[in-house]
Amino acid sequence: MANHEMKINLKVWRQKNASDAGRFEEYAVKANPDMSFLEMFDVLNEQLIEDGKDPVAFDHDCREGICGMCSMFINGRPHGPKQGITTCQLHMRSFKDGDTVVVEPWKAQSFPVIKDLSVDRGAFDRIIAAGGFVSVNTGNAVDANSILIPKDVADEAFAAATCIGCGACVAACKNSSAMLFVSAKVSQMALLPQGQAEREKRVVAMVDQMDNEGFGSCTNTGACSAECPKEISLSNIARMNREYLRAKLVGN
Amino acid sequence: MSQQLDSKIPQGPLAEKWTGYRSTVPLVNPANKRNMEIIVVGTGLAGASAAATLAELGYQVKAFCFQDSPRRAHSIAAQGGINAAKNYQNDGDSVYRLFYDTIKGGDYRAREANVYRLAQVSTNIIDQCVAQGVPFAREYGGTLSNRSFGGTQVQRTFYAAGQTGQQLLLGAYSALERQVGLGNVKMYARHEMLEVVTIEGKARGIIARNLVTGKLERYFGHAVLLCTGGYGNVFYLSTNAMGSNVTAAWKAHRRGAYFGNPCFTQIHPTCIPVSGHYQSKLTLMSESLRNDGRIWVPKKKDDNRHPNDIPEDERDYYLERRYPAFGNLVPRDIASRAAKERCDAGYGVGPSKMAVYLDFRSNLMNKYGRAEASRLNIENPDEATLVRLGKEVVKEKYGNLFDMYKQITDEDPYEVPMRIYPAVHYTMGGLWVDYELMTTVPGLYALGEANFSDHGANRLGASALMQGLADGYFVIPYTIGSYLSKDIHTKSISTDHEAFVKAEQEAQDRLNQFLSINGKRTVESYHRELGLIMWDKCGMARNEAGLKQAIEQIRALREDFYKNVRVPGSQFEFNPELDKAGRVADFLELGELMCIDALQRNESCGGHFREEYQTEEGEALRDDNGYRYVSAWEYKHGNNWELHKEALEYENIKIAQRSYK
Amino acid sequence: MKVLQFLFTSSIGRKVVMALTGLFLILFLLIHLIGNLQLLKADDGYAFNKYAWFMTTNPLIKTTSYLLYAFILLHAFKGFYLAFTNRKARGGSYGKYNGAANSHWTSRNMAVLGTVILVFIVTHMGDFWWEYKFGEIPWTKYETSVVQDVTTSAPISGAEASGHIRMGSVGDKEVFITKDLYKETVEAFEQPLLVAFYLLAMVMIALHLWHGFASAFQSLGINHPRWNPIIRSLGYGYAVLIPAGFALIPLYVYFLMK
Repeated sequence: MANHEMKINLKVWRQKNASDAGRFEEYAVKANPDMSFLEMFDVLNEQLIEDGKDPVAFDHDCREGICGMCSMFINGRPHGPKQGITTCQLHMRSFKDGDTVVVEPWKAQSFPVIKDLSVDRGAFDRIIAAGGFVSVNTGNAVDANSILIPKDVADEAFAAATCIGCGACVAACKNSSAMLFVSAKVSQMALLPQGQAEREKRVVAMVDQMDNEGFGSCTNTGACSAECPKEISLSNIARMNREYLRAKLVGN
Repeated sequence: MSQQLDSKIPQGPLAEKWTGYRSTVPLVNPANKRNMEIIVVGTGLAGASAAATLAELGYQVKAFCFQDSPRRAHSIAAQGGINAAKNYQNDGDSVYRLFYDTIKGGDYRAREANVYRLAQVSTNIIDQCVAQGVPFAREYGGTLSNRSFGGTQVQRTFYAAGQTGQQLLLGAYSALERQVGLGNVKMYARHEMLEVVTIEGKARGIIARNLVTGKLERYFGHAVLLCTGGYGNVFYLSTNAMGSNVTAAWKAHRRGAYFGNPCFTQIHPTCIPVSGHYQSKLTLMSESLRNDGRIWVPKKKDDNRHPNDIPEDERDYYLERRYPAFGNLVPRDIASRAAKERCDAGYGVGPSKMAVYLDFRSNLMNKYGRAEASRLNIENPDEATLVRLGKEVVKEKYGNLFDMYKQITDEDPYEVPMRIYPAVHYTMGGLWVDYELMTTVPGLYALGEANFSDHGANRLGASALMQGLADGYFVIPYTIGSYLSKDIHTKSISTDHEAFVKAEQEAQDRLNQFLSINGKRTVESYHRELGLIMWDKCGMARNEAGLKQAIEQIRALREDFYKNVRVPGSQFEFNPELDKAGRVADFLELGELMCIDALQRNESCGGHFREEYQTEEGEALRDDNGYRYVSAWEYKHGNNWELHKEALEYENIKIAQRSYK
Repeated sequence: MKVLQFLFTSSIGRKVVMALTGLFLILFLLIHLIGNLQLLKADDGYAFNKYAWFMTTNPLIKTTSYLLYAFILLHAFKGFYLAFTNRKARGGSYGKYNGAANSHWTSRNMAVLGTVILVFIVTHMGDFWWEYKFGEIPWTKYETSVVQDVTTSAPISGAEASGHIRMGSVGDKEVFITKDLYKETVEAFEQPLLVAFYLLAMVMIALHLWHGFASAFQSLGINHPRWNPIIRSLGYGYAVLIPAGFALIPLYVYFLMK
């Protein structure tokens, strides 16, 4: 366990609200290698408050990599330099003493900045509301084992369903495309027997909503999947394309 | 005005209470449902499932969460699984057994009728979730897979890798979003409830603060459901999310809702230990790890050798030693206390000496490594081969947890034992509710972890998800009819009503107060200090002197808070510090009540361990004659509460000393 | 054509258009290359000119070529439109953006590469297609003796050529009178700057294909763990070999025919 202190030069995006132009501000923070990245921001904020300054607003909640709320764009990458983790799981030992670290909010037209590093990801909720569900009212279900699902199908559906809706895919994509997010839900439902009844309607409704929200188009750069903290596969996007074409060309 | 506690438990034999209730509870006809508005605060498993189901039934629902999306609620972080009495494994499970295990696990401090109902509807939950497309783990044949958890002898836990809570919540969230899309639920994310509005004694709405604009807003509802989770963050460090708070429940409490068993908190035995003063939260390592990990400390005090260098006969596998029958799979309260006992006695490990080892090496090699070797026909495998083979199996089972551990500690648990220590995880206590989940304020309900009802003094693993969904999907949709059917003549009340104006003013005054103190200390520093007091004196072990001291300290801290806290910024902006100030202010009041409750309960039971009341072997010593009741606290004013007692009758279970030896 | 409206209104539809037109152009490149390689035959351009003749007169090919032009324009302008809307979707730029950490350079620069390629196509069409169709370029008369299977060629003036049958039998000789695109090409590639520009363009096409080939399959939903490595390898091979084949011609002309 490392106990030595390290000095980090932070260049943080500060923006009062959605209409403010925003700018970078620099701070020096004393950190510890075993601290998480967000704990370093806690230290910074305590310091700012004590100095009578405005603390940096950032989203965070579970701090164990599952709620999907934390969302910093660190040194040019969503959730920072390590693969397969969220910002809250990033530790300062991934940086060196004296490093300059640039921290920005997710940037996308569809994710307006609320303040500093906090953005509004309501667009994701609206996409789910458009079709990311199985229409089954409570009480309508049959016995859970009455529909068999092969293990590999269940596993593949699960892999898609692990998406935490953090928006790193949109942030990483040079086009701010939300296709990885949307395709993860489309895939989960398209793979499972429970999703079949609304298979065509769902994919069309979700893609329409995604387009209406103003997300960019996918150009298959693969940045989304490479930066996804849950490592959601690009094959989901291909599946969504397939599902969509099927629905549009031969669907009811 | 003290009111008699009526738990409204239906008459009749235990197994028929719920079916009988459902068949006779008054209904609200569909046309009337469309005119009735229900407010749901919190969108975790309980809140999302309740909001979705009530909207499906035709009610007009308004749902609120403080996070940026209902999908973020902390139910999402539950790892291990969800219990259900399906008996798919043909291993003798039944509704009765799940009921029995839950009552016993709760150390005989839960209400029989509620727990039985919970066990009954547990099976419907699994069906419903599967129908929603929740991808539970499956066997090759396509059937659902199960695993076992602490405190039970059957395999009844359904799971989705180490992310069961996430999958269940996303299922409930998708049901909720479906209703949002249909216009039956109006969703208010980034809104925090700051007041319950009562009119003529009934809950009629809430005051919520829009956390983006900072404005206070008024919302009317014929009924208000609080599904706002637990209050573990009163300890500052816990496995709860950073935003988890007691504010909604606390405001309800101050408006007349009794608080049940506030001192019953669950300390989870396997969490990653604190690494420094900057620590903001603790991370759980799933209980499922205790299936294969052996817990030990060195037999010698202050043994600074590397764990792998300590020979077998110099290790103390203290759980296996003390509880040979259940070994490493004793319930959480017992495992936690045993770890604390060893560390307090000076046998702890790691830099802080406040940790024990959770070691996979022996099972990795001897259980999985050997099995693999024999499957592959490798004769006399050497140690390296066993490790290599075993590692693959362990990776398949716990890979994501091992990765998470390594991420946080920078140590590889395949090579070195994990270091773990207990941490606050769940609160069994909560708003007192009757059988219908209604608090002592008519029209105000509490669901899920926010209520006190089903887990007694200790919750079994994989039962929190079960309770949240049971309350939301299958209980409240019926029980709310009992209240609303009498309220169909009430038209929507204008939010210009004086009760709304007054409640809003009270919330406004508090905000003004926080912003005007302008002292020197951060909100965070008060929270941290409160947490330390709570952990030291009202944590895993409590005693009279400590609790009395804690009450004094909390009062002093609270006083200091209102003099010296510094809340930057203003109300009408996105201001997380102001949000936090309100939450910490409420924790500063709750903490005192928890200590008061712990002080009055002169016995040890479940997660509540009073050092004065223990057996010679150091086990919890219950006092069934003196304390077989739910303590329900009524808020009076200032620092005053009045205790009401709901006696617990056990007609179907014989109370016994819990033994896992 | 309401059923196909989605191709122009939805994000996935646009992807599909890019993929289909892209694949068509990929296929065209192969055919174009096979034709161009006729240039390398030491036959005074007979085979090449015949190929050019065939390409400009066969009704099926002519129709296809209009389709091709349409697809080039569609691919280009849809591409520009996408690049524009995608930029808008970002809404500003990051202070620090490390794209190299998560994606290949080519995939992030398809629009830039495409623009250079479009400029190239326009120049290329001006150099040869326009010239061939409307320009003043030398004429050549090929005479093939059917008996001896020997072809001779001789320049012929445009005025002379205009009165003659272009292709047919005159006695025991097959006569083929044509605008000599071969000669035009050889002369063109004697200019070092043009050669350099063509080589640059081929590098651009290679880079464009490096991402574009496999990307087209992904856009159409063709993604399978068993086939992905094959598609990817095929794409990389194609991206290198086809432009290399094209590049061979100016290099050959410039260095070996001078």
